[in-house]
Amino acid sequence: MNIELRFFAGVRETLGLAKESVALPAGVNTVGAARAFLIARGGAWAAALGEQRLLRMAYNQQMADAHTPIADGGELAFFPPVTGG
Amino acid sequence: MTVRVQTEDFDLSAEVARLRAANPAIGAVVTFLGTVRDINDGAAVAEMELEHYPGMTEKALEDIVAQAKTRWDIFDALVVHRVGPLKPLEQIVLVAVTAPHRGEAFAACEFIIDYLKTQAPFWKKEQTPEGARWVDARVTDDRAMQKWNKENQ
Repeated sequence: MNIELRFFAGVRETLGLAKESVALPAGVNTVGAARAFLIARGGAWAAALGEQRLLRMAYNQQMADAHTPIADGGELAFFPPVTGG
Repeated sequence: MTVRVQTEDFDLSAEVARLRAANPAIGAVVTFLGTVRDINDGAAVAEMELEHYPGMTEKALEDIVAQAKTRWDIFDALVVHRVGPLKPLEQIVLVAVTAPHRGEAFAACEFIIDYLKTQAPFWKKEQTPEGARWVDARVTDDRAMQKWNKENQ
């Protein structure tokens, strides 16, 4: 399935990328599985999304966790804990 | 209910006047105004840049205001949050709540800003003499939000 990735703040800067369309292999159908798939790309991906990073995730613009299911056409975002206000 | 994300400044008096216009049942208006400080974590801040997640930000703010409306007897709430480059002394965020009585207005206003700080997708990047740095999330902000889960259940 294909999903849209979005990256913000420090994650965006580490990757040098704000968005990407990605085709996920069969079986990658949760937020956590998608994160693991991206970490496996290595390099900046492991640095930006690795388990050592305190990250927040949103799926279809709602806060999500590793167990949140994802589906074709969805929008998955990775970013640091928020600091507005 | 109104939420706005904008680069331009806002006028507190004009916003409050619009929010309470033509509703004589309002007995209390509570506002919170967040402003840019010139020092953070020991470093001088010359400027900050606010980034957000267009689309999700508005949904998150609307959801927070909707939660406040179900928890307290309030008439209306307004959230205005600025993005882009901001300098010390500038206004960042406005939360305004109208209610029949002050108690509900105070509580709802504090709830909205506490939730905004941990749930709405904004990020601050500061320019300091040592260079640019992303602001770290504060544990005290998480605690401020968590207290609303214990109280008022």
